[in-house]
Amino acid sequence: MFEETGPVWLSEEVKTGTTIIAIEFDGGVVLGSDSRVSAGASVVNRVMNKLSPLHDKIYCALSGSAADAQTIAEIVNYQLDVHSIEIGEDPQVRSAATLVRNISYKYKEELSAHLIVAGWDRRDGGQVFATLKGLLTRQPFAVGGSGSSYVYGFVDAEYHKGMRKEECQQFVVNTLSLAMNRDGSSGGVAYIVTIDEHGTEEKVVLGNQLPTFFDQ
Amino acid sequence: MALSNIFETPAPGFNFDNTARNAALEGLFDGGNTPKPMKTGTTIAGVVFKDGVVLGADTRATSDEVVADKMCAKIHYISPNIYCCGAGTAADTEKTTDLLSSNLTIFSLNSGRNPRVVMAVNILQDMLYRYRGQIGANLILGGVDCTGNHLYTVGPYGDVDKVPYLSMGSGDLAALGILEDGFKPDLELEPAKELVRAAIQAGIMNDLGSGNNIDICVITKQGVDYIRPYRESQYKDNRKMKYKYRPGTTPVLTEKVVPLKLEVVLETVQKMETA
Repeated sequence: MFEETGPVWLSEEVKTGTTIIAIEFDGGVVLGSDSRVSAGASVVNRVMNKLSPLHDKIYCALSGSAADAQTIAEIVNYQLDVHSIEIGEDPQVRSAATLVRNISYKYKEELSAHLIVAGWDRRDGGQVFATLKGLLTRQPFAVGGSGSSYVYGFVDAEYHKGMRKEECQQFVVNTLSLAMNRDGSSGGVAYIVTIDEHGTEEKVVLGNQLPTFFDQ
Repeated sequence: MALSNIFETPAPGFNFDNTARNAALEGLFDGGNTPKPMKTGTTIAGVVFKDGVVLGADTRATSDEVVADKMCAKIHYISPNIYCCGAGTAADTEKTTDLLSSNLTIFSLNSGRNPRVVMAVNILQDMLYRYRGQIGANLILGGVDCTGNHLYTVGPYGDVDKVPYLSMGSGDLAALGILEDGFKPDLELEPAKELVRAAIQAGIMNDLGSGNNIDICVITKQGVDYIRPYRESQYKDNRKMKYKYRPGTTPVLTEKVVPLKLEVVLETVQKMETA
């Protein structure tokens, strides 16, 4: 007992052990995340918003090491600000994703964070990019984090092209709810961000308002 | 032109100069039993209330199983409107908060305004992230600035959380139970102080690494009330602290006086310039 120099979790790195999802619809994107931040067996923050703004109409979803992910998001936020001033207009989602990818690829060995970048721009509308381990790929939807493993089947079966905005929001909430039920490192509340031509809307779905499934 | 950002870009990479020294030290203490760094094994807590922020901390600093300091100050001054509680390695929290305080003072002098809490948090996060967790500082920053009342926590790896109430340290789970139960948004001053006191008390009672007295720091727009101690431990020891004895307490048995023969060898006079 006296050998310890404090609880184990204090010296363990804080991970976001998460479920994140982003999906594109005609005219915009919907991003969703849970809110649990864990350090070992302890929940350090039960209400963290893992959807971080990179620009007015571009958001990213954080997963992996909390410090690494937050830092990448901050650096790219800054770089995008400079870039958008230089080009004199709102940046493209692909640019934001490329900046994230550049950091993830260059510091591949040192960092352990995965960011999903999604947003709306004038040129290509709503777009979702995955940047895992330094790749850059545009997908109709992307899931990430430890909780995503439990819902790959669900998203593959339920997704279809041509979903409207409200359908997408419901799809995201359902996916998050299922993942939070099964994954120990995901939980809390669900944060939903909807980005389209007209603006950005942030919403919180509290724990007791999440959809319930057969065993609840 | 003086920059208001005083941080120079640090040299890339890490500074491992101390590894040689540590290796040499391990050789001196056989079997590598070097003295362990003093950890504050602590309970610290913070709560945002209607008019500001209340920070609380216990006052015990431990080195393994010995209490190294019974009246350790864990609430550090950062700026007139920002205070910081530190848990983890005592030296790391002291030095990190000192460094932050100095840098923010320079910023204040340059810009003529009180720093914002978010600026302090960003500087801290930057530094702790750069050192990849080698600096064992778990900090709770609380303060009031022109944008409102804020409470942040920064971990040793550089992750930041902004929350209305939180606790850190080895007694944090005990304190968090009290906070989760009693916290409400927009508390008044007295209930907020009482909540923080109860949270620290829970940490002191249930954690071996926390104990002794409770310090409270209340930060509002009007100013700072640093109450040290807010509550004293009921287990105080009544030691005199001053051990002065009157002449004659110790009996003198014999006395021998030996005069020293001194000669004046050289005498110089130096005039002082008072012009």
